[in-house]
Amino acid sequence: MTSAQAPAGRRVLSALTTGTPVYILLAALLAALALTDPGFYEPDRFLSFIKRAAPLVILAAGQYLVIVCGEFDLSVGAIVTAGVVVAAELYGSFPGAPWLLVTVILLLAGALAGLVSGLITTLLRVPSFITTLGMMLILEGAVFFWTGGSPHGALPAAFRRLGRGTAFGWLPWAVLVCVVAGLLAVRLMRSDFGRTLLATGDSERAASLAGVRVARARTIAFILSGAAAALAAVLVGGFSGVSAQAGRGYEFEAITAVVLGGVVLGGGRGSVVAAMAGAFSLQALFTLLNLQGVSGALESTVQGVIVIAAVALGAADWSRLRRRGTEPSGAKSS
Amino acid sequence: MLTMHGVSKSFLGVCVLQGVGLDLEAGEVHALVGENGAGKSTLMKILAGEHLPDEGTLTIDGTAYSFSHPAQAQAAGIGIIHQEFALLPHRTVAENVFLGREPTRYGLVDRRAMERRTAELLAEMDETGITPRTPVHELSVARRQTVEIVKALASDVRILVMDEPTAALADHEAEQLASLVRRLAARGLGILYVSHRLREVFDLSQRITVLKDGRHIATLNTRDTDADTVVRAMVGRELGAYYPPRARPGEAGAERLTVISGGNARISGIDLTLRAGEVVGVAGLQGSGRTSLARALFGVAPFTTGTMTVDGKPLRPSRPRDAVRAGIALVTEDRKAEGLALRQSVTDNALLVTRAVPARGRPPAGREVTALLERVRLRAHGEDQQVQYLSGGNQQKVVIAKWLAARPRVLLFDEPTRGVDVGAKAAIHTLVRELAREGLAVLIISSELPELIGMSDRILVMSEGRLAGELPAGASEESVMRVATGGNRAREGAA
Amino acid sequence: MTALRPDLKARSRTGPGRTAELRLTGPVAGVWLAALAVTGLGWIVVAARGGDFLTVTNVVTILQNCVALGLVAVGQSAVILTGSLDLSVAYLISLGTLVAAETMESGSVPVAILAVLALCAAVGLANGLIVTGLKVNAFIATLGTAFILRGWIEDNYTGPAGRVPASFQHLGYDRIGPVPVSLFLLLAVAAILWLVTRRSRLGHHMYATGGDEHAARLSGVRTRRTVITAHVLCSLCVGAAALFLAARLGAGAPWAGTEARYDLESIAAVVLGGTALAGGRGGVSGTLGGVLVLAVLDSVFNQLAVDPFFKNVVRGVVIIAAVALYARGRRTEQERTA
Repeated sequence: MTSAQAPAGRRVLSALTTGTPVYILLAALLAALALTDPGFYEPDRFLSFIKRAAPLVILAAGQYLVIVCGEFDLSVGAIVTAGVVVAAELYGSFPGAPWLLVTVILLLAGALAGLVSGLITTLLRVPSFITTLGMMLILEGAVFFWTGGSPHGALPAAFRRLGRGTAFGWLPWAVLVCVVAGLLAVRLMRSDFGRTLLATGDSERAASLAGVRVARARTIAFILSGAAAALAAVLVGGFSGVSAQAGRGYEFEAITAVVLGGVVLGGGRGSVVAAMAGAFSLQALFTLLNLQGVSGALESTVQGVIVIAAVALGAADWSRLRRRGTEPSGAKSS
Repeated sequence: MLTMHGVSKSFLGVCVLQGVGLDLEAGEVHALVGENGAGKSTLMKILAGEHLPDEGTLTIDGTAYSFSHPAQAQAAGIGIIHQEFALLPHRTVAENVFLGREPTRYGLVDRRAMERRTAELLAEMDETGITPRTPVHELSVARRQTVEIVKALASDVRILVMDEPTAALADHEAEQLASLVRRLAARGLGILYVSHRLREVFDLSQRITVLKDGRHIATLNTRDTDADTVVRAMVGRELGAYYPPRARPGEAGAERLTVISGGNARISGIDLTLRAGEVVGVAGLQGSGRTSLARALFGVAPFTTGTMTVDGKPLRPSRPRDAVRAGIALVTEDRKAEGLALRQSVTDNALLVTRAVPARGRPPAGREVTALLERVRLRAHGEDQQVQYLSGGNQQKVVIAKWLAARPRVLLFDEPTRGVDVGAKAAIHTLVRELAREGLAVLIISSELPELIGMSDRILVMSEGRLAGELPAGASEESVMRVATGGNRAREGAA
Repeated sequence: MTALRPDLKARSRTGPGRTAELRLTGPVAGVWLAALAVTGLGWIVVAARGGDFLTVTNVVTILQNCVALGLVAVGQSAVILTGSLDLSVAYLISLGTLVAAETMESGSVPVAILAVLALCAAVGLANGLIVTGLKVNAFIATLGTAFILRGWIEDNYTGPAGRVPASFQHLGYDRIGPVPVSLFLLLAVAAILWLVTRRSRLGHHMYATGGDEHAARLSGVRTRRTVITAHVLCSLCVGAAALFLAARLGAGAPWAGTEARYDLESIAAVVLGGTALAGGRGGVSGTLGGVLVLAVLDSVFNQLAVDPFFKNVVRGVVIIAAVALYARGRRTEQERTA
């Protein structure tokens, strides 16, 4: 090696540069928010913005783990819905259950759903698109079958505190949960496991020949994504209570956020920080559109345009580099 | 017939072709030779319409062309046979042969005509083992090669470009191919023949063009030149590589790895001992089972019979991880697909094994990584550089570093210096010998006989899935080939 | 070059190659056998409960229920074969019914048909151009289009709109003998798509592009054009589905495509029919089988008065299991030829 070292600084820099467009997008959106609504940066309003973004950020972090190792998880929306409904049913049967216990049960159940998806994908070699699509049908069907079509029951205040309460009277718990989950995700991706997960997404063959337990790594990614979705369910249940629509569309929003962060479908590229920044950008975009008085309906149109544009920009850069003769891996995302 | 003049091309500011010229006459076999990275493949891709040249002209029979899509090159009468075949495994032979120019009748594809014409072309080539309706994935590599040629002939090609057509063929198949090439040339086709195998080149061609570092070095009449001259032009220096000194007698120490009567579907009766401190070479023709041996030792396609020990302890690796845990390392033939995670950094690649297999010790950190990369003499812009942007030689050094981090006991190399430039090659050779000195057992598989002979303390020769013989250090190329071919005349020469 | 003309017939009997199209173990035959088996099983189960499964009305209902999903899935097969994907179909159906019904209310039926098909062709073209020109992954590209369409619909419509004249509702309700007219629409569209994919140059190029885009390009196939055309074809099929649903509903509905989740259901039917999600293998006939399996399952559950939500569970299991079986089949095939 001929170069000098500058580990920490360099690492931060390189982590930031891999997703540069999303940081520019986020900065632009936050600036636009400040211009539209000068009060946006008052502490409690800004904190409540983060609070609203928290479930999507957590889902994006989980989805990132799955996408970066070359898979998809379409079941996260269903896990959110199922989580909220199951919590309500649990409280229906055991009104006095401690909130922590219920939360832990939800997390374990989410992890279990992820485990099943992971095992089917890795051992039976079913494309994860299909596995998690099937898991989505199964979970939604099972939940409504169980509840007879209309989920009822209510969540007690203790359980909902994580979603809508505040710590020390000013800091929303959701923000704290989001920060902790984010830090854990960053920590995970810096760890040996995280690095091998990235390598697996980049080249499954090379990873397996280096002794990586590829199937295990992927399955763990699914488990974590499932647990993240269950955590998001706790927050969503806290905000908005029990609803059959609680998680609808979250799977596509999470994937959108991750892709906005410059993470490439097919795996091996992108950082978890950028993926979470993608989630914040999406939330900032929705907020901005609201403030601009754009009808809630057109929100998704703008979302669609931005997603295509962002990915097209990223693709343009990559295709120029790719021509350098280092052929693309040919991996078709499926 | 075909003339290329002053062709230049660069990628991201790196110049890979600089003012290259070439002409090809009807009925001629024109060989194109050069080391890896000399620009042969870029030149071919320009001919094929995959790349547009930055500068230069391309004329065929006096008409100037500029191809921006392979279809245009085809329409101009250029057929290309790619080294990695452009065939669709799940489509039939006929569908592949006529892909992109299917004959139609009433607007629909005329399958009957397609299959009839394919059968005729196959018959012309004396190919009796293929029917037009066979799905390509059921064919052997040699037959796929034939399908590729038939595919090129099905359109009215006048110029046929063949990229390393014998790379994956066995002896007799290569001979059949050579006679086919002669017949095609006799028909009036101009053939541009790209190959590493000089013996073939001298056998077939009328002229030889040598490229080096993206420049045109010489075009020679085959009759008036010899292999030494061509090699000198390719390498740009006198040949005569310098290999590090071999192990002294008695330097080979304890048994590191043994196999007794190991075998599986591809190899059988393997008895093998690797000792600490020695470098053992494995020679053999393509398909003789050399790579299968390495893959069996490493647990990719395990032995199904026999016993294996590492450092005296029995081991039955059923997947690579088992072998890695026991201290075996494999540097594979296909570096890009199997050796590296190309979009990850140098550091992430170098630490991959230790991160994945805790049993091989703690991953090195900070200065230890730097020391490791210095040890393999890596030249990179930084430890954060993605390995896809490194040269072949430096990529190979990263692969070696990846294994050294896990402190292996046995190192298996499959084609250690394929696609590696001369400078890095010497560095890798020196490093391999150093590692042996430190007590590792090293096994080298190489198609490059001078390298194999130069590096090895003893040479095992494989033939038809068995160990056919063992030769001492410094054995001659002829003696190795005699064993490898079962006494027949050698085909695989130095390249 | 005076080789003897080999006796092809003799060799095709003894040689390793056979036409792989109609092997009983192949996915296409497999899914039709599965449809048959599900029908038989359904008949037994329903009969055991004292019901009658194979009545004319029930069979007709099953087939009628195939139409909408069948039309979409057949189109989806075309894009998936080519190695792409279309997630925008559900919203395109909704928009299609709305445009159809509104145009029919104010204008004439032929104009409405043209308008719907033109709209769909335009959306398909946009999808194709985004995927090939901007090099956006098909998943994201068509998801983006779906969002755009959704915004458009939700901004302009709050509920059913337009009115379909009785003359056009014949498409949704009329029968020739016992057979619904709409079934002929499906069969016609499927036949066209089958002909295109199996017998036209475009179809050959679609299989090639989906199988190995690089190899196809090297062989002179215009891969971009092929992908774009596949997207347009798919969207046209979606247009046909929209017209049928408009005829059924008598009006345009913003939820016409989304409530039944035609996006994911159509992909499920395609893979159930044995088409590889990665492209290059499979076909329209398998997809029809997949659609039939889903429809028969639905009918059995209806007859047994099974909780509708439980149906989803079974669907999920069936889809995963089917694809797992195909994956296993392919693996053993690879091992055999390796």
